[in-house]
Amino acid sequence: MELLHSIFFVPFIEMVAYPDFFIQVVWEGFVAGVLYSLIALGFVLIYKASGVFNFAQGIMVVFAALALVSLHEMGVPAWLAVVLSLGIMAVLAIGVERLVLRKLVNQHEAILLMATIGLTLVLKGTGELIFGGEPKPMITEELGLPTGSTDWEVFDGIVIFQHIDIAAAVIALLMVIALGVFFSKTRIGRALRAVADDHQAALSVGISLNQIWAIVWFASGIVALVTGIMWGARSEVSFALEIIALKALAVLILGGFTSIPGAIVGGLMIGIGEKLFEIYWGTLFGSGVEAWFAYVLALIFLLFRPQGLFGERIIERV
Amino acid sequence: MLYREAGQFKTSYAADQALLPILQDRIGLLVILVLTFVLIPMFASEFFIGTIMIPFLVFALAAIGLNILTGYAGQLSLGTGAFMGVGAYSCYKLTTLFPDINIILLILSSGIFSALIGVFFGLPSLRIKGLYLAITTLAAQFFLEWCFIRIAWLYNYNDSGAIEVPQRTLFDVAITGASASATTRYLVVAVLVAVLTLVAANVLRGRIGRSWMMIRDMDIAAELIGIRPLYAKLSAFAFSSYYCGVAGALMVFLWLGSAEVEVFDINHSFLILFMVIIGGMGSLAGCFMGAAFIWVLPIIIREIPSVIGLDMLAATTQHINNIIIGVLIIFFLIVEPHGLARLWQIAKEKLRTWPFPYAST
Amino acid sequence: MTTQAEMMSIEGRNDMPADTEPYAQPAVRTEELLSVEHVSLSFGGVKAVTDISFNIMKGEVRAIIGPNGAGKTSMLNVINGFYHPQEGVINFKGKPRRRMKPYEAAASGIARTFQNVALFKGMSTLDNVMSGRSLKMHRGFFWQILHVGPARAEEIRHRRRVEEIIDFLEIAHIRKQSVGKLPYGLQKRVELGRAMAMEPELLLLDEPMAGMNLEEKEDMSRFIIDLNTEFGTTIALIEHDMGVVMDLADRVVVLDYGKKIADGTPQEVQANQNVIDAYLGVAH
Repeated sequence: MELLHSIFFVPFIEMVAYPDFFIQVVWEGFVAGVLYSLIALGFVLIYKASGVFNFAQGIMVVFAALALVSLHEMGVPAWLAVVLSLGIMAVLAIGVERLVLRKLVNQHEAILLMATIGLTLVLKGTGELIFGGEPKPMITEELGLPTGSTDWEVFDGIVIFQHIDIAAAVIALLMVIALGVFFSKTRIGRALRAVADDHQAALSVGISLNQIWAIVWFASGIVALVTGIMWGARSEVSFALEIIALKALAVLILGGFTSIPGAIVGGLMIGIGEKLFEIYWGTLFGSGVEAWFAYVLALIFLLFRPQGLFGERIIERV
Repeated sequence: MLYREAGQFKTSYAADQALLPILQDRIGLLVILVLTFVLIPMFASEFFIGTIMIPFLVFALAAIGLNILTGYAGQLSLGTGAFMGVGAYSCYKLTTLFPDINIILLILSSGIFSALIGVFFGLPSLRIKGLYLAITTLAAQFFLEWCFIRIAWLYNYNDSGAIEVPQRTLFDVAITGASASATTRYLVVAVLVAVLTLVAANVLRGRIGRSWMMIRDMDIAAELIGIRPLYAKLSAFAFSSYYCGVAGALMVFLWLGSAEVEVFDINHSFLILFMVIIGGMGSLAGCFMGAAFIWVLPIIIREIPSVIGLDMLAATTQHINNIIIGVLIIFFLIVEPHGLARLWQIAKEKLRTWPFPYAST
Repeated sequence: MTTQAEMMSIEGRNDMPADTEPYAQPAVRTEELLSVEHVSLSFGGVKAVTDISFNIMKGEVRAIIGPNGAGKTSMLNVINGFYHPQEGVINFKGKPRRRMKPYEAAASGIARTFQNVALFKGMSTLDNVMSGRSLKMHRGFFWQILHVGPARAEEIRHRRRVEEIIDFLEIAHIRKQSVGKLPYGLQKRVELGRAMAMEPELLLLDEPMAGMNLEEKEDMSRFIIDLNTEFGTTIALIEHDMGVVMDLADRVVVLDYGKKIADGTPQEVQANQNVIDAYLGVAH
């Protein structure tokens, strides 16, 4: 009885009793959610265009951010470091396309997935070798990103909004809009959708798969860099991010693997849900539920709606 | 020429279906067995046995477990580390509760708990396939890891959160705990692994193993034949998790001597997966090859610089290790998705006609 | 039971060119094995089949024909349990079934092959055909572990039967080969072998001759006829080659745009104006 009470009543009472705290928690969750969404966005781009699930997306985020920070450490001015980092991601994209994707063109998706797992290892080892393994701070100010915070007095209390978090949300929104427009209005965007649908058909109308894949991986690299910057601005840039990136998988389950709005909605749901669960129900379980909440939520979703909220329903034809 | 089947006629279906129908293969196995049970214990150093052979066997067993699930039944799993952990913690609790029962019996029993948990987390596989299923195994991995920390009962409310293995004996010889010699432990592990490998080989060539392979290749067609996906998938999860659980118990009790949660984390799940990929999915021999490869490679990489005369940090070798394994995975997937095992098979095929360059088989 | 006249006509089938004179009328079959009653199936808004009714008698060879997209494969999928019709009932061996699962269909005696061969590409020919015996293997887990005694004896017993089928289909020379590497025609034969291994009462064949040359078609036809006459298997087949249909089928049902437009013996159907229109593409 006590237990039921603490599950179904107490948390909500707490939420209402301290509304400013509640808003803070929701905001924190929202911010984390935005970052999950960004990572998921990178996955969706590649999956949508090539049907490959890029396990290395997380490490790409770390790699991009580390490249940026290390270049700056060596004395390169911020704006140039950004350009060079983008260049590095472009080279990476072309390299992956040429050395890995091209050779595995018609293979089963599980094989491609495992190839990206191998890629993860390569990037991890290379990243650690070149950039060193210690965490580094992000060059937030040099990039012109806002620091500081704003206090909002509400409900007899205070909610604190970090400027960087607001910036992250805005930037993420802009990126989603830009990608959405790109996919639906431009020629390349159309080609990407064609490739996602049917490789052979796309080939037969003259679309170059190799070019498209390189472009997509580069786009994903851009997203990875932005994600890395935003994430690094909140905490540091370190390889721990790679494991957090696995949560993006859960995001994709909720949102669907091929949907950009789905990645956003899924990311926010997981970010906010995770935080709320940890703060208000966490005491029942002990701490650390954030480690698995996302996956369990995804699991439940999978049982009832395997294609996610926005994904395409898979009909198996014989 | 060496590896010819010519002259070896099978006069019964039983002979044809034997595990190793070809004489040369049988001789090869005999050699391996002699090496394992006689030569190595007699001539190898304690260090070699303790830090190379025992882990190799333990990982090979875990790889067999994962290979059954992923390579034979086609259900991708990223939760191997956690299932090993379930086996290890079960064994620890069992021996705490029943200190007088033979530890080997307990090790074999602890696999059952792993199997049960494996079946539970395998239930979604009835509705979910491929990548989505991998994500549910991730849920298992992280949730179980969390349990290992949170549920203090598992590690006997020990302050450090780690488990220390108590001494246990077999026929009055210490086989676990600080006083057990590497050779003794090695022999126990070797026997258990050999027996379990035989069991796996038998199951895989029979009705159940075939049903797993059918589910892997085309589960729709499997249903057509009358295979019930429920039984096939859950039995794969059960069997696989049992093996991983026993491997986990062996790892803690007969190799490490103690364990913290990190020992069963996601990186270990990936480690075993790499062994399976490189060794060859769907091949028992491949499990051993992959385990040997992934376990021995870092050691070789560590030694090479000092042999050449270069100075290298341990961390650096770890990074180079990662790069090499990553490149090899990609390489294998491109060139030979069936891993070392298939390369070995191809080599044997070539041996059939060597030294003649052309001949039809 | 086949009459003398029928036996002669069956044996003479291979010798007679498709367009010559009458065959002996097939014996009147009395036992109904399967009936499809007012079955309708749609996917989303697309109607695959609408209000189809026909039956299959025990022991006969029933052809299902029609232009592409007529709903023939969907019909087979419904009989098999892959798709569940929104309306209508399937009666098999006297029992009504509507939401059957594929493995239930298999267990009750229905086997099938596919247009795009649905073999287990990672396994050998022998293993693929052996897989058809799965339903008949019962030895439990414990015996499987040891692979001695009952489990082993069971494997050997089934192996014997499977080898008979392999001999019958003349694929003994490739039995250890991985099926993924076999040419298409042989793959189809292996698939037939797997279906035969199930010893079904009703065998559904989806375009078994697709992609074959004349010689391969003759071989396949011979197998199908032998299956029907020697083993007594009832056969339903989807087929495009009219010559094959005329030769093999006892009765034919014709579908077009998801509806049944004709049902009868091959000669009746051949002369039916609706059928001719459908194939010639006359608008209706």
